[in-house]
Amino acid sequence: MSVDKATVAKIASLARIKMGDEELERMVPELNGILDWVEQLGEVDCSGVEPMTAVIENHLRLRDDVVDAIPETAGGRREDVLANAPAAEHGFFGVPKVIE
Amino acid sequence: MPKTANKLTNLGVKDIRDGVAGGDFTAREVAEAFNAAVAEAAALNAFIITTPDHALAAADAVDAKRAKGEDLGKMGGVPIGMKDLFATRGVQTTAASHILEGFTPQYESTVSQNLWDAGAGMLGKLNLDQFAMGSSNETSYFGNVNSPWRKEGSNAAMSPGGSSGGSSAAVAARIAPAATGTDTGGSIRQPAAFAGITGIKPTYGRCSRWGVVAFASSLDQAGPMARTVEDCAIMLEAMAGFDPKDATSLKMDVPAWEAGLSADLKDKRIGIPREYRMEGTDEEILKSWEQGKEWLRDAGAEIVDVSLPHTKYALPAYYIVAPAEASSNLARYDGVRYGLRDLPDGAGLQDMYAATRAEGFGDEVKRRILIGTYVLSAGFYDAYYNQAQKVRTLVSRDFAEAFGQCDAILAPTTPTASFPLGSLNDDPLTMYLNDVFAVPASLAGLPAMSVPATVNADGLPLGLQIVGKPFDEQGVLNAGLAIQQRANFTAKPEKWW
Amino acid sequence: MVSTYRIQGATGEWEVVIGLEVHAQVTSKAKLFSGASTAFGAEPNTQVSLVDAAMPGMLPVPNAECIRQAVRTGMAIEAQINKYSRFDRKNYFYADLPQGYQISQLYHPIVGEGQLLIEADEKAGIAEDKVIGIERIHVEQDAGKLMHDQHPTMSYVDLNRSGVALMEIVSKPDMRSPAEAGAYVRKLRSILRYVGSCDGNMEEGSMRADVNVSVRKPGEEFGTRTETKNVNSVRFVMQVIEYEANRQVDVLENGGTIDQETRLFDPNTGTTRTMRSKEDAHDYRYFPDPDLLPLELEDEFLEECRASLPELPDAKRARYETELGLTPYNARELTAEVETFGRFETLLAATAAKIGKPEAKVATQVANWALSVAPGVMKSLGDEADPANATAEAQASILAMQDKGEISGGQAKEIYEIVLKTGRDPEEVADTEGLKQVSDTGAIEAAIDDIIANNADKVEEYRGGKDKLFGFFVGQTMKAMQGKANPAVVNQILKDKLG
Ligand SMILES: [Mg+2]
Ligand SMILES: [Zn+2]
Repeated sequence: MSVDKATVAKIASLARIKMGDEELERMVPELNGILDWVEQLGEVDCSGVEPMTAVIENHLRLRDDVVDAIPETAGGRREDVLANAPAAEHGFFGVPKVIE
Repeated sequence: MPKTANKLTNLGVKDIRDGVAGGDFTAREVAEAFNAAVAEAAALNAFIITTPDHALAAADAVDAKRAKGEDLGKMGGVPIGMKDLFATRGVQTTAASHILEGFTPQYESTVSQNLWDAGAGMLGKLNLDQFAMGSSNETSYFGNVNSPWRKEGSNAAMSPGGSSGGSSAAVAARIAPAATGTDTGGSIRQPAAFAGITGIKPTYGRCSRWGVVAFASSLDQAGPMARTVEDCAIMLEAMAGFDPKDATSLKMDVPAWEAGLSADLKDKRIGIPREYRMEGTDEEILKSWEQGKEWLRDAGAEIVDVSLPHTKYALPAYYIVAPAEASSNLARYDGVRYGLRDLPDGAGLQDMYAATRAEGFGDEVKRRILIGTYVLSAGFYDAYYNQAQKVRTLVSRDFAEAFGQCDAILAPTTPTASFPLGSLNDDPLTMYLNDVFAVPASLAGLPAMSVPATVNADGLPLGLQIVGKPFDEQGVLNAGLAIQQRANFTAKPEKWW
Repeated sequence: MVSTYRIQGATGEWEVVIGLEVHAQVTSKAKLFSGASTAFGAEPNTQVSLVDAAMPGMLPVPNAECIRQAVRTGMAIEAQINKYSRFDRKNYFYADLPQGYQISQLYHPIVGEGQLLIEADEKAGIAEDKVIGIERIHVEQDAGKLMHDQHPTMSYVDLNRSGVALMEIVSKPDMRSPAEAGAYVRKLRSILRYVGSCDGNMEEGSMRADVNVSVRKPGEEFGTRTETKNVNSVRFVMQVIEYEANRQVDVLENGGTIDQETRLFDPNTGTTRTMRSKEDAHDYRYFPDPDLLPLELEDEFLEECRASLPELPDAKRARYETELGLTPYNARELTAEVETFGRFETLLAATAAKIGKPEAKVATQVANWALSVAPGVMKSLGDEADPANATAEAQASILAMQDKGEISGGQAKEIYEIVLKTGRDPEEVADTEGLKQVSDTGAIEAAIDDIIANNADKVEEYRGGKDKLFGFFVGQTMKAMQGKANPAVVNQILKDKLG
């Protein structure tokens, strides 16, 4: 499978990365080079093999239902949450107007 | 003072810690000496920002504790460099990307907090490949890192390796006694090998990922980079530990690795994976590998042949899994809550995203996001992502079987020594191949370490890699120590900066 | 399966096919993956952790209570519980989605196939009981909220809801009329509230439905469906179906085709329209969340979940009919809502204890009181009533007095009125306000003797066989006793004296 410029444009749009014509053109052979190379994985017989889920044997740990149990992952810190926002107003994050 | 200072910057973690504890010098003297060395080394571009005040404050706290006779901590009085992938409260954290330029976290990563709690201080935030994507430190928005090493008789700027290239350069140049690194597909071990230092990636889950800018979540692991195995053991003890904030964190006690160090490998079997004899591997690297076997045999180990049949497929599998995870992990950089926002006139929300991300991400990051987006997209998931995760299972199984016959595996860290900056720029694939020996252990989540072995004919360092069983950092450190004692690696980059 | 709902088109009858994806907020104190509070109505962005705001390096750790509630809900709809499930990432860009992906479950949901019974309701056009299939329940994160009307050129983002746990309950396309869909949502809401896994508060957005509608000629293949998002009341769900079905029939009969698309409902006009913000082709690039390991449930945990389930609506309703002898209507009314059966069962227990009879013997009396008498009194008083006075203890006292014949039905209401207004003790009210029936045979006998003496002609007629006159004598007696005589006692004495 190899990608053409239209496909790269579609992927770039899915990934929300604006790309001009020239950049798209340049990406096509680069991506194809990588894709051709990873394609060799198709040679591997993986019948009956489960895809890896946990790299080291470990079980999903659940936490107790306690509000603000750990300060670092607690709520109630609006100042901190908004501290780096490019446009914070009246306690909100501002974004260009969205029409639904 | 300059003379003492020079002497102090030659010390590593253990010597500084013990010297401060023993009153040979103060933590403040150490911090001042390294701050000065950092300030002089701007030409390396190893730091994105320096934080001399942080180092001094931590040192003063340690000195005050000592005056009161309190415990100084595992890293008491040791100033370190912090890879700029770790969030540090009130200190700019960028992942070497324009998109996070100016971002000041209101939180501290678990690993960095652990280090401060252990008495360490911070010299600054170390440069790296952008979002840890790279093997040469040429993808940073803040410029390349220059290796302190140069080929004999050449002034060409060399790569310190990547992505933890600021870390490797700083430690090799003696402007930091140690530094944090992160390893997703070799990003601790490969730069350690290039820079003639030691670095260990522990078992996946040993070090919390909380507060570390994510690249590929199922692979990312933090670890120490220092000049000796002992220093790595000490620092890893301080960094590691169970963290309830990370669902993949291992709920296990941190072993006393430093106390457990032993270079006696009697009754140990070291496996030599036959598939690592790859075409294109440097002759001198193969020679150092042979030398490594001799050293380990000399330390009492039995050398056995093992097979890791899917080695060849590890790297392509990695270049599907890592970009796929990255494409999703990096979706949060959208100009809404922090970081860069590019809002062209009249742009709507989605245009803002596209413009911001186009402006904020570097080429390599974009390339990997596109690959990752593609392999996860409708119709391709099974052929690429799922197949890669199955191959990953096979790679992991290979190791499990090999560990039926040996206690640890010895291999080269990299197929070549460091290369000149710019020499592989047009060729992402060749660049990727640099991690061919490092990636399999990453895919399997295993502890792995690079130890300097020797220098090649150009006077550039070469590293040897030890890969251990899950949770057996001790075995890895011990084999590393055996090599360190025999390699007697004393080469030092000549100061040109 | 009888369904009478049909759209009459120019080309004949059309059948509507409906499937619902209900998003129900899981009852939990903290969010699904962070410690921030889920409380409703807080100031913007005050219940947002660094995790919910997707700061660099933040990681999710799942809340056990959310998992537990999803499992209990699955058990309540008799569903397959999957001991192995996984969280996946659903990737898309939107301002209310800080991570750039929603953590959800696609490939391995926690709950598999189940079912839910909707009951026949002739008035609503549901001819008979019907089982609606449920495809799955998965657990996922809620998104934040966008506000569009606060600034001329900006939308504002509030992440308080970001990361709150939702159960997405996906039905099979088994419904065929707005009424069935309405009944399904009501029944599902009732079950969730019984289980306690969701408060069912639709106004606050705790439950909202994505309504999938298509039309077809009866017996033909399914048509293309549209999905109308986030519909937040039973009435609106029914309106959406009505509107969409008719719109689709119009389009198809005019030679058009239906686009598989996402639509928005406008409650002001009762219409739906294409959602502009979701117009680009979806490719969510689902993959297992590498920050989270597979979720494996232990048998012990499942047993604990099962043991903690309450009696559910269908079982309770059946028991009310068979064990308590209630009418099907009363049984259904009393079991529809958690509050209703809760109040009923408390009152039933108190009344039975007070009277000293088994619950089954007093259930009908209590049911009638609870369903019609008590609400009637409460309603007639309006603001004068203090609901706090409507204690089970007080009501049981009134019912016990009535059961013993001490008070009449009318007196019971009068007493309850005073109790509701003042909180006074019912027995004390009955005594001091003269609201008790006279059972004193002396007084009644004297009154009856007078009546017999004054109505000799009527007595004659009665004894001559005009039985109907018995009512006349009862009436006269009650009048003489000012309505306070115990009717049973009156009857007995009259029978004795009239012979
Ligand atoms: Mg939906
Ligand atoms: Zn959903």
